[in-house]
Amino acid sequence: MASAALPTVLPHEITTGAEAASVPATGEPKVEGLSMVVFSGELDKVLAAFIIANGAAAMDLPVHMFFTFWGLNVLRRNGSVRVARKKTTMESMFGAMMPKGVDHLHLSELNMAGLGTRLMKREMAKKHVDTLAHLVKTAQEQGVQLIACTMTMDLMGIRKEELIEGITLGNVASFIDAADRSRISLFI
Amino acid sequence: MQAQAMSQQKADKVVDARGMACPGPLLEAKRAMASVPIRGVMEVISSDEGTATDVPLWAKKVGHEYLGTVADAGFWRIFVRRMK
Repeated sequence: MASAALPTVLPHEITTGAEAASVPATGEPKVEGLSMVVFSGELDKVLAAFIIANGAAAMDLPVHMFFTFWGLNVLRRNGSVRVARKKTTMESMFGAMMPKGVDHLHLSELNMAGLGTRLMKREMAKKHVDTLAHLVKTAQEQGVQLIACTMTMDLMGIRKEELIEGITLGNVASFIDAADRSRISLFI
Repeated sequence: MQAQAMSQQKADKVVDARGMACPGPLLEAKRAMASVPIRGVMEVISSDEGTATDVPLWAKKVGHEYLGTVADAGFWRIFVRRMK
């Protein structure tokens, strides 16, 4: 490909950032919206993700959140779930070692074997900061789309029946499609 | 609008979000606006100073008219007119 010279950019072809942003490569105009990859399964980062998502939804932006890797644990149901298809030993181990849902996540800093997380939750309650569970519920009520990455589900042996209600399943194309149509895109 | 006039502003709906943390007041404002008549006025009371910045931005974004804010002792009264 070395011989394929880059085309010369003529002055009239130079676009400003704003113009470029409104005309993505696919030709479909970018709309106001927020798309997010939630990769982290840490309490503080996921709280930030849901506060941003709820704020964006309140400001009438369509919001898509993609949960992958550790972030997938946010969508797990609490307690044990009987799965239709038997898990392998490895999948069972992953399932047992990873947090089951919003109430079992830990802080990314000052966790101190769970003590820091407990203290932070107490402080949040005292200062009327919404719990993560409540923020997730509110996000769903506001129409925020929660999408679980099926590759991660397959990799870690997490089945659809282990996830909370109202989750869409998707893969990278679902994220790219939403990201391509939204002006704000975050990786958390 | 003058600060004096603003403090006399009447509201069709008052949302007391004092004690709530982000994004609580914003979500309360959005929820309450649905029950305000079009061209009616909503007052959001918040003890979180950030709300006084955020509610006007929200109003502008979703197409309502921000009327003004009255700073009181430890809380803010933010007035927004529903436009649609």
